[in-house]
Amino acid sequence: MAEPVLSIRDLSVEIPTRHGIVKPVDGVSYDIRAGEILGVVGESGAGKSMAGNAVIGLLSPPAHIASGEIWLNGKRIDQLRGEAMRRLRGKEIGMVFQDPLTSLNPLLRIGDQLVETMRTHLKISEKEAEKRAVAALEEVGIPGAASRVNSYPHEFSGGMRQRVVIALALCAEPSLVIADEPTTALDVSVQAQIIALLKRLCRERGTAVMLITHDMGVIAEATDRVAVMYAGRLAELGAVEQVLTRPQHPYTHGLMASTPLASEGKARLHQIPGAMPRLDAVPDGCAFNPRCPRATEVCRTPPPPRVKDGMAACWHPLVEDVEEKVS
Amino acid sequence: MLAFIIRRVGQSLLVLLIVGLVAFSMFNFVGDPIDNMLGQERTAEDIARLREQLGLDRSFFVQYFRFLQEALQGNFGVSYRQGRPVTDILLERAPATLELAAVSGVLAILFGIALGVFTAIRRDGIWAHAIMSASLIGVSLPTFLIGILLIYVFSVELGWLPSFGRGDVVTVGGWKTGFLTESGLKALILPSITLGLYQMTLIMRLVRSEMLEVLRQDYIRFARARGLRDRAVNFRHALKNTMVPVITVIGLQLGAIIAFAIITETVFQWPGVGLLFINAIQFVDIPVMAAYLMLISVMFVGINLAVDILYFFIDPRLRADRTGGH
Repeated sequence: MAEPVLSIRDLSVEIPTRHGIVKPVDGVSYDIRAGEILGVVGESGAGKSMAGNAVIGLLSPPAHIASGEIWLNGKRIDQLRGEAMRRLRGKEIGMVFQDPLTSLNPLLRIGDQLVETMRTHLKISEKEAEKRAVAALEEVGIPGAASRVNSYPHEFSGGMRQRVVIALALCAEPSLVIADEPTTALDVSVQAQIIALLKRLCRERGTAVMLITHDMGVIAEATDRVAVMYAGRLAELGAVEQVLTRPQHPYTHGLMASTPLASEGKARLHQIPGAMPRLDAVPDGCAFNPRCPRATEVCRTPPPPRVKDGMAACWHPLVEDVEEKVS
Repeated sequence: MLAFIIRRVGQSLLVLLIVGLVAFSMFNFVGDPIDNMLGQERTAEDIARLREQLGLDRSFFVQYFRFLQEALQGNFGVSYRQGRPVTDILLERAPATLELAAVSGVLAILFGIALGVFTAIRRDGIWAHAIMSASLIGVSLPTFLIGILLIYVFSVELGWLPSFGRGDVVTVGGWKTGFLTESGLKALILPSITLGLYQMTLIMRLVRSEMLEVLRQDYIRFARARGLRDRAVNFRHALKNTMVPVITVIGLQLGAIIAFAIITETVFQWPGVGLLFINAIQFVDIPVMAAYLMLISVMFVGINLAVDILYFFIDPRLRADRTGGH
């Protein structure tokens, strides 16, 4: 198997607060291989975005990486600071933000923003960068790209702006793209197009993608593998069909059961009792145990088993797989 | 855009008319110029004759109307005190004030923006805290006190700089400038610091708070996520976005610099229009006062108009009529 583009090992992010340290990301590990799209799914505050920000080195202080390792293309990057990290951003790791209406600088022409990004990372002339800017806009499906490079962000619709954002994130050909809820702020009709675009571009270039979302539809549509996060921890990691159709972790199971499906008439949606714990009050043992229908004494004391690919961090997974289970 | 400018010029003229009306109505309360103009040995006849000659026996509105009529032709009457046309006096005095205001304005803008950006980018640094604390002095001390303090330190104790006047001036094409002589430049230093300090701290604090606000925006995060250099993020992306509100205030402050020059000019006996105005008040020299107030309001209105037009160049979203993207 090829070396993964991104490899996260036991990553923990801590934020010191007046009431002690909280851990928005707690011992998370996963890999993303070239051309693969990993969906990171979870509720608000589950640590999905925080993990993405940690990878690209944009945690806002006082949040910081407390332990663990991040490897990108065989290089360890979690200890890089300042200038060394800046060189990676945009060049090796691209990022797409949630709201295209606010993520473009309103006072600069989009062509200038593209040229500026490319010339920061690639040794090319102004002319060459301008040519590539037009090509980049054509690639993300902006009609009349040659004239639209001179437009300002406010002259585009939300969906078009997100295409511009994607062009900006990909223009220096990074090997990893972190897409943080790229469709949440968009019209439903535009969401599918943007996901399809992201998927096509990354497949063509062999870019690894971390697709952060809480939308199960997006997960099913676009991803190859899924990481389910709960209260800062990884609950389950596996191939998308497996996680969606045969979830092992009771939380994932509950999540799937509460996703509305058009085919399933009017039956009342399932609801997981309770709410995700606040980060300063995560229960001992498995974070999900107070809400879990399968919880037993063992769930309340030691931390649950570590997640491996295709496995859940659970003492009592729904699909027992005796051979692989760690004691 | 043309329609916008025409509309704004129309509004500006209306403002000028109202300012003139208010100013004129106040002259009735500053005293009777006749008292000052005629000596101790005056008769009731002299008073009545002079009053009629100056048109002061007419009603307020007639006086105002006549003032406007004359002013439109560039004629602001004859100074009661100096017996010379007010226009000549103002033109003679204006270079001193304009040079002082220009130097103060440039100082205030340059240092205000530079320090504002600095304190925003390094907002937790010791220097940023020190500058912010020091800036409180600039905002809270009254101008005349700063002037007197500077005179005490640099003129009285150290003896480096002159405490009053403009130094030697050179006349270039009818414009008396202090920029070309050493004593003229030296004489500019203290007054321009005095006049510009308050504006500088104001601009600095505004730039800082606007910049901190902009640095929190998504597009700044996105610029960082694209790996742009700090310099590009801070100046190309952040500073430009802080400029719209900052330019508004700078515009207003430039007007204020010229208007508040009165105090600085008094402290430093600077021979500009502000000092002229103070002397005119003492003598109830109505033509000079009226012309000065109109001049100041023309400047304020003009600067405001310039600021509105500048917005178009900074913010493409206001140039809505250029392209239609929606």
